Amino acid sequence: MNPRRELLIHHPGTLTLVQDLGRPGHASLGVPPSGAADPSALKLANRLVGNPENTAALEITLGGLIAEFTTGRWLALTGAEPPARLDDTPLAANAPHFARPGQILRLERPSCRGLRTYLAISGGIDVPPVLGSRSTDLMSGLGPPPLRNGTRLPLGPSTAAALNVDIAPVPGPAPTPTLDIVPGPRDDWFIPQALTLLTSNEYTVTSEANRIGIRLSGPALTRRETTELPSEGMMTGALQVPPTGLPILFLNDHPTTGGYPVIAVVTTASLPSAAQLVPGDTLRFRLTTSRPSQRWQ
Amino acid sequence: MNHDPVICAAHPVGDRAVLLDLDGPESVRRVHADLVRHPVEGIVDVVPGARTVLLIAEQGRSRALGIAVQRARKPMDTTATQLTERTVRLPVRYDGADLAEVAARCGMSIEEVIARHSRRTYATAFLGLVPGFAYLTGLDPALHLPRRESPRTCVPAGSLAMASEYTGVYPCSSPGGWHLLGTTDSALWDVEQHPPALLTPGTTVQFDPIR
Repeated sequence: MNPRRELLIHHPGTLTLVQDLGRPGHASLGVPPSGAADPSALKLANRLVGNPENTAALEITLGGLIAEFTTGRWLALTGAEPPARLDDTPLAANAPHFARPGQILRLERPSCRGLRTYLAISGGIDVPPVLGSRSTDLMSGLGPPPLRNGTRLPLGPSTAAALNVDIAPVPGPAPTPTLDIVPGPRDDWFIPQALTLLTSNEYTVTSEANRIGIRLSGPALTRRETTELPSEGMMTGALQVPPTGLPILFLNDHPTTGGYPVIAVVTTASLPSAAQLVPGDTLRFRLTTSRPSQRWQ
Repeated sequence: MNHDPVICAAHPVGDRAVLLDLDGPESVRRVHADLVRHPVEGIVDVVPGARTVLLIAEQGRSRALGIAVQRARKPMDTTATQLTERTVRLPVRYDGADLAEVAARCGMSIEEVIARHSRRTYATAFLGLVPGFAYLTGLDPALHLPRRESPRTCVPAGSLAMASEYTGVYPCSSPGGWHLLGTTDSALWDVEQHPPALLTPGTTVQFDPIR
């Protein structure tokens, strides 16, 4: 009889979810793309353990996870770097480690910057996919529920591929990161000074921050157009501005349509930095130069 | 007579998407239907809105956006405008918490509200808010009301509701600012079904009052 190959969760920490690269392609049905908020960190973790980049892993918010391996597996931790141990052995981030059956992985809270840690395990987390993805969508409830004490996560079969990376040097999240933004689509709904305010001041991450979006505090952005915006499609990275004038930065579980104007959108390359913002962090925005290919006539 | 969709403007959205401002829901339907029937490689999502279509490219495939915008100007499909000819009839108990207030604000009896709402045939314009939430057009203008001033933190699943020119059914419990008219037991969203949404763009909807 085959022993069950599982990751047994003793303690989930603050919030730990199964994530892969999400389920884009169903937005017209109202389904958010979901997936790892820091896709670069997820992909790196998977590569380090020999998995395809889109393999389901764990997204651990503010550390605290305690998990036991019931079978031997490679693991890697990327993103925010909480102190981590496998039994008594400290683990370096951004490097593969081998866990033997019975060993227990313990993460503390991140002592340095960053919010989300990714734990990839060779063979991946083998929960049933929903609409083609194993990602948890906290807004709609699609996908597996958040991990709890006693959750048993099935692991996929481990590939025999040899690992050939010892450690991947990756800079940690920066203090007061600068996020690149593309103005629009509704920057013309705001007074001209609004974009200047947005790109010349620091904004602060409030405690109202989750996978749906991050509420920011800072200089309010004043609207020029006060009529209602008919509902239109929304995008991860959008800076949507409600009547308060304080922008909300949409993350992966954002609603697919919205009725408040979006003044600018964070670029794909800057999204990992957005995903690592902790309440209380400050950030800045910088306009990217428009490329000719973005002139649509 | 089918005219080509009128694109009033095309706005970059971040570094891999474009938002098309169109001249109305008819153009939205045509653009969306054409891009679904004849997908452009590299475009991962085509998101219809009230007057817009958002085109999202896969990472690294932004060049596909130019092709998709050109296609939106001149769709390949010159025949049908609708994606589907399907009609769905939903049994509804008109027992909503806001019926009396809606009747008062519209200057009519509750019975007239129910009659005016249930005798219309509605079209699914677009989906948003939560998976499976369809914005239906065709609401009697006499019933047009702005959203509630104080939204509810929890609208029960299956609630039939309306606001401004739209009516719709909440597929799951969620916060909501629309006026509640009634309840349906029909499942608006089921991941086991293909498609998982009961109402998709182009579906026609009728509501049957039941006791």
